[in-house]
Amino acid sequence: MTLRVDLKHRFSSFSLDLGFDVPDGITVLFGRSGSGKSTVLRAIAGIFKPEHARIVLSDRVLCDSEAGPCLPPHKRRIGMIFQDARLFPHLTVAQNLDFGRRFSKRDVPQGEVSQMVEMLGIGALLDRRPDGLSGGEQQRVAIGRALLSGAEMILADEPLAALDEARKAEILPYFERLRDEIAIPVLYVSHSPAEVARLATTVIALEAGRVIGQGSAEAVLGDPAVLPVGTGGAGALIRATVRAHHADGLTELDAGGEALFLPRLMADPGHPVRLRIAAHEVILSPDRPVGLSALNILSGTIVEISEAQGSAVLVALQTGAGRVLARVTTRSVAALGLRVGAPCHAVVKTASIAQDNLT
Amino acid sequence: MGPEEWQAIALSLKVAFWAALASLPFGIFIAYALARWDFPGRQLLNGLVHLPLVLPPVVTGYLLLMTLGTRAPLGAFLENFGIVFSFRWTGAALAAAIMGFPLMVRAIRLSIEAVDGRLEEAASTLGASPLRVFFRVTLPLSWPGILAGAVLAFAKALGEFGATITFVSNIPGQTRTLPSAIYAFLQVPGGESAALRLVLISIALAMAALILSEVLARRVSKRLSEGGRS
Repeated sequence: MTLRVDLKHRFSSFSLDLGFDVPDGITVLFGRSGSGKSTVLRAIAGIFKPEHARIVLSDRVLCDSEAGPCLPPHKRRIGMIFQDARLFPHLTVAQNLDFGRRFSKRDVPQGEVSQMVEMLGIGALLDRRPDGLSGGEQQRVAIGRALLSGAEMILADEPLAALDEARKAEILPYFERLRDEIAIPVLYVSHSPAEVARLATTVIALEAGRVIGQGSAEAVLGDPAVLPVGTGGAGALIRATVRAHHADGLTELDAGGEALFLPRLMADPGHPVRLRIAAHEVILSPDRPVGLSALNILSGTIVEISEAQGSAVLVALQTGAGRVLARVTTRSVAALGLRVGAPCHAVVKTASIAQDNLT
Repeated sequence: MGPEEWQAIALSLKVAFWAALASLPFGIFIAYALARWDFPGRQLLNGLVHLPLVLPPVVTGYLLLMTLGTRAPLGAFLENFGIVFSFRWTGAALAAAIMGFPLMVRAIRLSIEAVDGRLEEAASTLGASPLRVFFRVTLPLSWPGILAGAVLAFAKALGEFGATITFVSNIPGQTRTLPSAIYAFLQVPGGESAALRLVLISIALAMAALILSEVLARRVSKRLSEGGRS
């Protein structure tokens, strides 16, 4: 199932003019606040009417402003998860979960409900009212409610932005399971590079109402020219598998044949992991550095150097492990003679695991 | 207390009950329209609803007589279907309903405006049509205000005098409600003690209605916002 979106709308401060496809898996709309991400979502859900819109889900035309009136939200069969959970305060958790199910065209079997309740860990909350739940619990119920409404697609509008770090960590695994276990396209809005690295199958980078880059998460996050949240949020995504655990507390990962060492991960050998390597955590050296305390040194070739933003420049390195971005100063670029095509070594100070649903 | 007094009390309760109940659906509809829809003539409708609040009640009663009296075209037309207002208790209920309508609409409108529109939005993305959103989300969440509005209209109907006496006169057992009875007792020598009894009963009924509305509203809003298990 694929969603095709084309939108145009002029606001007083900026204009929206974009088009993209949303395939299966989680597609993250990535950009700063005010770049139009939420507006796009609201247009797809039907609760905002842009001047020009064409929205097609598989073969169902939800909206074609040239051809006639668009479908109202309740006929679109698109579930939405909001930043604020928006549970109905006058209904219990069970009744909230049931709300969309009773209007659904598709018969959602009771078995699916209990499966969802179990997946989201909300079995103990069913008789309670939303007010008594924590923010994380509320958001889990909201996810279940959207999924049980018989929706053919899910929109998530910064569902973690209102939660603290601990709650975020509580919810993220459920989105990963959504991506990996339920074949339903999800369009997920976020301005957090960590969330993007962890969840995205596909990334669509947005800036001031326009698409500035789209593709696989590795390609978009590894492109120094696409910086929807600025150089501070830049960081490449690397996929690896756990190779071995060592006696000194380190875990060895295999990233495209290259070995990477990280503090002990709770994962069995062979388990896939996503690594986010923030650009400011990477040091470049034209010669293979010796005598450094850093364990992880990746060698490769410089494939791209971005335009300078102030004194900072992003350098993209193609290594055996994948693309790595490094943020260095223009002075260093000049002093080291960094240029596209030159061999280079990336010293990775720390790599954060972009996934922690490991068992 | 004499049978005449009891009759007035019973009639008043009947008139006020039906006035509040029959005007409730209209009150909810108008309040919703004023709270949620943007349409031309919205201010005009708002003014019209509030007009009985500021108009002399006699004028309202006279206008009713002009439109719904047996000799008025609309009144004559409705009479074909057996619907008669003039000089009947139904007319007293209608007059009371119109006089209480601004209070009712105001209370309901405020509570509908207080319902978070984002919840209605969420309901629509869950597949609920606008009508279902109204009945499953908006209505239950504005229930305390609806209840308060209905009780206010009831209390106002208990005390309505000017429009009632102008429209349907002061017929014992038919249109002689509490205020009309008090007025009538005061017109005859020696009626003061009966009038005083009815005055005290009026005060008691009005107070009871207000307290009831307060208690009900509090209970409903407590149920709506209950933190723990239901």
